[in-house]
Amino acid sequence: MNYLRLVVAFFWVGVVSEAAYRVNFFFQLFQSLVSLAVAIIGLQVVFTYTGTLGGWEQEQILALVGVYLFVGGVIGLVIQPAMQQFIESVRDGTLDFTLTKPEDAQLLVSIHQVNIWSLIDIAFGLGVLAFALTGLGEKVGGAQTGEFLLMLAAGGVIIYSFFLILATLSFWFVRVENFLTIFQSMYEAGRWPVSLYPGWLRYGLTFVVPVAFATTVPAEALIGRLTPVTLLVAILIAVFLFVVSRVFWQIGLRHYSGTSA
Amino acid sequence: MKPIIELYIQQFKTTLATMFAYRASLLIWMIGQVLEPLVYLIVWSLVSTASGGSVGGYTTADFAAYFILLMLVNQVTYTWIMYEFEYRIREGILSVALLKPVHPIHSDIADNISSKLITTPFMILVAVLLAIVFHPSLDTTSWAIVCFFPALLLAFAIRFLLEWTLALSAFWTTRVGAINQIYFVVMLFLSGQFAPLTLFPLPVQIASYVLPFRWLISYPIDLISGRLTLSQTLIGFGAQAAWLAVSYILLRTVWRAGLRVYSAVGA
Repeated sequence: MNYLRLVVAFFWVGVVSEAAYRVNFFFQLFQSLVSLAVAIIGLQVVFTYTGTLGGWEQEQILALVGVYLFVGGVIGLVIQPAMQQFIESVRDGTLDFTLTKPEDAQLLVSIHQVNIWSLIDIAFGLGVLAFALTGLGEKVGGAQTGEFLLMLAAGGVIIYSFFLILATLSFWFVRVENFLTIFQSMYEAGRWPVSLYPGWLRYGLTFVVPVAFATTVPAEALIGRLTPVTLLVAILIAVFLFVVSRVFWQIGLRHYSGTSA
Repeated sequence: MKPIIELYIQQFKTTLATMFAYRASLLIWMIGQVLEPLVYLIVWSLVSTASGGSVGGYTTADFAAYFILLMLVNQVTYTWIMYEFEYRIREGILSVALLKPVHPIHSDIADNISSKLITTPFMILVAVLLAIVFHPSLDTTSWAIVCFFPALLLAFAIRFLLEWTLALSAFWTTRVGAINQIYFVVMLFLSGQFAPLTLFPLPVQIASYVLPFRWLISYPIDLISGRLTLSQTLIGFGAQAAWLAVSYILLRTVWRAGLRVYSAVGA
């Protein structure tokens, strides 16, 4: 309960501090619109020449684009800004202030910076998803919706843990934010089903940089082509990575001796 | 002329030192540069396989050749000035550059060329690896190869002048991000970065002939792929020459107007 109050409080700080820059809303809206247009025009061009792409129909890939925008929005809302802020705070020593607070430090660094304008991407993602679902229509049942939500949660946990592990490296290394940038450009590839890619790239986007779990797997669950094995593997990896990132975080924290002190 | 040559040599040394200091940035940049054409290569190869091996005159192997060449042409012609100029104006760094007795564009040209001298071997290596994986086919002629290099050079010159001019929008607005984004989207679809232009609807194709973007990316690729007749090649050179003149005049005009509104933030 206490955790939830903290999340709400930090989110509210994000809202209030951005309220001073309201014009940013329109710029973010514009940029999100443009990237949505790119995705849709691209799909339209590709599907004038083919009925299916690697076994995926146009609405199914559109649903994937919805998931891609939604998850990208979640990453941009809290995960990316919080981790960037955390890396910065290790460098300039302001992490000391966080550590003195009577609450779990991992929780605090994971929520203390939000970029509320990413809510626009989340809304767009949901909109595209809803639109694609009307095209898919009767083919999406209750079980599939359940699996979809489960896989979305698993994907979120995997991405969060992945970011946390990378960010924790900043206790030892200086320019860790470079890895976050690499993730950004790899994430672009998640706009298409990873099953299209040749083996090496598919494994890379699944197990090295877990883009597949964030985008393709939830979309597969939604359109009912998820195998039970993938479902199980996704859950196991989510649990495993969450535990590993927690342990790694604690090791890292012990290593931290404060820059300013 | 001599001071300019010295400036170029000095800029080369500086760029070299900077790039060795930030090797990780180099890796990030390469991933981005390779991944985008690679994704489109894979998507279009699948489309062509699904439609019986050929789409709009492009076989699977042609798509492989197209996107590998695209990666190389993009490597030679791209610039990053649009990200930098806003920072220069915001931080007042431009004021220092203006005091120097040469036009600031010279150090940007030198910086661009020298950093590419270092990165291009890597990109050629990547291109070779991709060629081994994706089996491209290239049906070229000797005169096409001869014409390709001046076309590539012109494409670089036009793209550099145009993007340098666009970067100058930072004189008037602090929101260059939105302007850059529009530019990138138009570039993506009208230069042939997303797909060969013949795959687009007719109005888009007509627009691509009128606008500069085709002549920066698609034209050199089509030329070396042996897809152009001699007269089409000549038209292409004509269009490139015209756009070179236009972008040069544009740059001079915008630069002068920009300097008048520049009031040195931070100075």
